[in-house]
Formats: sequence, structure tokens, C-alpha cells
Amino acid sequence: MDYVAPTTIEDAVGALSSTPESRVFAGATDLIPQIRSGRPEPGLLVDLKRIERLTAVTEGANAWTIGAAAPTSLLTEDPGFSNQFPGLSEAAGLIGSDQIQNRSSLGGNLCNASPAADSVPAMLVNEARAVVATAGGTRTVGVGEIATGPGRTSLAPGEFIVEFEVDKPPAHSGDAYLRMTPRTEMDIAVVGVGVRITLDADGNCAEARIAVGAVAPTARRVADAEAALVGQPINDDTLAAVARAASAACDPIDDKRGTIAYRKQVTGVLAKRAVTIAAARAAGEDTENAATTNGAH
Amino acid sequence: MSRTHINCTINGDQTDFLSESGGSLLNALRDDVGLMGVKEGCGTGDCGACSVLMDDRVTCACLIFAPEAEGRTIVTIEGLANADELHPLQQCFLEGAALQCGICTPGFLMAAKALLDKNPHPTETEVRYALAGNLCRCTGYDKIIRAVLDAAEGMRASAQTGDAA
Ligand SMILES: Cc1cc2nc3c(=O)[nH]c(=O)nc-3n(C[C@H](O)[C@H](O)[C@H](O)COP(=O)(O)OP(=O)(O)OC[C@H]3O[C@@H](n4cnc5c(N)ncnc54)[C@H](O)[C@@H]3O)c2cc1C
Ligand code: FES
Ligand code: FES
Repeated sequence: MDYVAPTTIEDAVGALSSTPESRVFAGATDLIPQIRSGRPEPGLLVDLKRIERLTAVTEGANAWTIGAAAPTSLLTEDPGFSNQFPGLSEAAGLIGSDQIQNRSSLGGNLCNASPAADSVPAMLVNEARAVVATAGGTRTVGVGEIATGPGRTSLAPGEFIVEFEVDKPPAHSGDAYLRMTPRTEMDIAVVGVGVRITLDADGNCAEARIAVGAVAPTARRVADAEAALVGQPINDDTLAAVARAASAACDPIDDKRGTIAYRKQVTGVLAKRAVTIAAARAAGEDTENAATTNGAH
Repeated sequence: MSRTHINCTINGDQTDFLSESGGSLLNALRDDVGLMGVKEGCGTGDCGACSVLMDDRVTCACLIFAPEAEGRTIVTIEGLANADELHPLQQCFLEGAALQCGICTPGFLMAAKALLDKNPHPTETEVRYALAGNLCRCTGYDKIIRAVLDAAEGMRASAQTGDAA
């Protein structure tokens, strides 16, 4: 394997088009284990981390821009970011150990296209957009359009993600991400649920966004669960409806880490809990880091 | 495989070496630079035995391609002690019997150093989370956690008396 570390997007695009067997990477925390387990080696490794724009995390007037190769530790260390996106920050903070988070990126998490990638439901509920570098310039697509199935993406050969744009939430909004893993740390989600809630002046739900991970070939929004909340108060009845809709949206696998019935039931439970946490945040109530206090990791 | 010339700072010394461009920093440090304190447990990011600091952040050397080290500052276990004087973490691991076979120890020490560098006053829970990426098959974690808490306490005490560790 050869290695290059371009410093501009144009040079990276050029390197990718000059070698057909080339592969971009950021933290290599998915790539190296995959090569070690016998997946074919790329001919050319294109390291994205020397391109400044790809590792920057910046706050704009209306949105944050997160470099696709920025280490996810930047999203948990910056209080400005984690106060506005506690759920997305928590999801980033669940990716492996400190050693992994100092390398792992949102671009890699999304483009590795594992159905269980923790940051993806949290990006979906924040309607993050991916800026994609192509031979002709860049195009911007919704994060939900990138992964098409386990290990597969809609990116054409030679394309890569430059950065993610995430609009700042409206007033009285809050997000949350919860996952279920057999172990507390260093484990892959059996179920993951991301939620963003916006409340109206009466404390009813004005907007709901709910996404599930690890229970279908790709993470997905659950329109029925969202519809069960909009215009409604958040109470036992509406939470029960959310849980039913979230469970019904699952199309999970059956394996030793969780049966289909188990994954469906846990999805409903986590959806209720995540809605409750997101709504409390939207109401301005103090919530501790949901990921480490809720007993559901 | 092609070999690449790599320049970086390792344990304070400007170092250059030749390494396989698709090889890991772990193999480069052991085989090309001769730093055998960096251990390989799994090679896939799960055990933390290969933990080193790169630009002050703890990372798994097994998940870094060797040429990524170009221009970076790397600290391995060999750079932890101050000449003949052990780092307080090393001293506390010794005194607290926080090791048995020792293969996990360099990784635990580097991860613990990264923690104490940014948080001199960690709680037990914070220590446990910070070391969640390090596995030990022999000692049991309690002695390791206690050694890190003891070292933190000792370092705070000597920082206060001006006798910086
Ligand atoms: C010990 C361990 C624990 C882990 N725990 C978790 C966990 O709890 N939750 C979780 O979700 N994941 C976990 N992971 C998986 C991994 O760390 C994450 O998916 C991480 O976010 C991947 O990011 P990366 O930058 O390291 O990806 P890389 O390995 O660099 O890349 C992954 C894939 O994405 C492609 N790619 C990377 N960047 C881009 C880009 N900008 N544009 C297009 N394609 C790109 C690469 O070509 C490659 O195919 C774990 C991994 C390890 C080793
Ligand atoms: S050898 Fe690197 S984490 Fe195990
Ligand atoms: S002392 Fe043997 S693995 Fe930790």
C-alpha cells in the first residue's frame, strides 16, 4: 500500500482519480481492523487529515461545520458544541475508548456504513448535511442519503465527504441519543435511538425527529413515531405511541447479541427514554449526560 | 511494499527512520525505531496495549499508518520517566502492585498520563472511563485504578508544595 497525505481537496480528488484502487481514510479505526481481518488492501491510502478544512470544527452564525475527518473527541470537549447538541455530542462520546475518539471521525462513522454507527441517528435527527467533494467541485446532500446498506454508500468512486453542516436548533429544542449495548463501554450498539424535540409555548411538542440505528440495514427516521408526538403533550399515552411506532419500524437481524423480538422491544423503550430526555432539555431542564447516567448504553 | 522516510519527534528527540508505508506505527516503533515498550495485544484497537501519545492525545499505535507520524510528536512509555526518576504513575503502579505480567502496563500508563495531563483531579468513575480502552488479563482493574488515583493525589500534593513532579 502506498500512502499520500494531500493538503488540499483538489489534490485529494486528483490522487483518487489517478489510482483506481485508492481509498480515503481519516482515523483508520474501521479501515485497519478490516484490512487485518482479510479485506483487500487498497493500493493507495489517501489520508484526509492534512487538509485543514477536513479537521476543523467551527461555529457559524446559524450552523456548525464539522470537518469529516475531525476526531470525534473535538465534539465532546467543546462545551459550546455539546451545549447546543448534547445528543450528537453524547453519540460521538460513545464511539470506543479515548484512544479511538482521538482518531474516529464522523465521515468514517457514516461512510463505513455500519448499521450500528452511533453518530448517524444523532446526525439524522439534526438533519445534518454532507458536503461531498467530486471531480467537478462539491455537492451537498442529506446525511440520510449517504449509507445505502451495510458497508455500502451512494458516493461514486473518487468522491469523499469534506464536512458536515448542522443547523443550530430553534429555541426550546433538545436532542438526545441512547444506545443499548451488552457491555457499558467498548461495545457496538444492539439498538441506538436519536431524538430531537422542539416544544411550543404551551410545552406541547411542536416538532419531533426520531431515528433508530442498528435495527435495519441503515439508520432511519421513524415518521410514525414523530407523528405520534407533533401537536401533543409528552405524556404516558403519547410516549406509549412513540414506543409502538419505533418498535414497528425495526427490521433487525437475529443474532447472539439480540433476538429480533428483543431488539424491537428495546427500541421502543429507548425511544421513550430518549424523547423524555430531549423534551426535558428542550424545556431547559438540566439533564446530565444521558449516555452515562441512563443505564442504557 | 514501498518504504517511506519519516521524520518526527519521539520522546523529545528528533528521529528519522524508514518504514513500510502501509505498516502500522506500532510495528515502526518496535521494528524500525527499536522501542519495545510499545506492546501489541490485539492489533485492532481493542486492548490499548499499544497506546502512545501523538500530539498529546492518547491513541492506539496499531491503528495508525506509520507515515502519519510525519512531523508529529510522539511519546511512548520510554519517554515517561525523567531520566532515572520514575514518573509518579510508574512509582504508584510499582508500589500498588498494579501489574503482573506487565504487557498491558505501558498502555495503561500512557492512557493514565493523558488523563492526568488534562484532569489532575479525576474521580474514580472518570479514571474507569478513561481506561476503558485498556484491557488487563491478569491484575484485575482495582489495583490499577487505585494506583492512578494515588498518583494523581501525589502529583497534586507535590504541585502544591512547588516540588513539581
Ligand atoms: C475498539 C473500537 C471500538 C469502536 N467502537 C465504536 C462504537 O462504539 N460505535 C461506533 O459507531 N463505532 C465504533 N467503532 C468503529 C469506528 O471507530 C467508527 O466507525 C469511526 O467513527 C470510524 O471513523 P474513522 O475516521 O476511524 O474511519 P476510517 O477507518 O478512516 O474510515 C472508515 C471508512 O469510511 C471511509 N471514509 C472515511 N472518511 C471518509 C470521508 N470523509 N468520505 C468518504 N469516505 C470516508 C473509508 O474509506 C473507510 O471505508 C469502534 C472501532 C474500534 C476499533
Ligand atoms: S494492540 Fe493496539 S489496541 Fe490492541
Ligand atoms: S498485567 Fe498481565 S495483562 Fe495486565
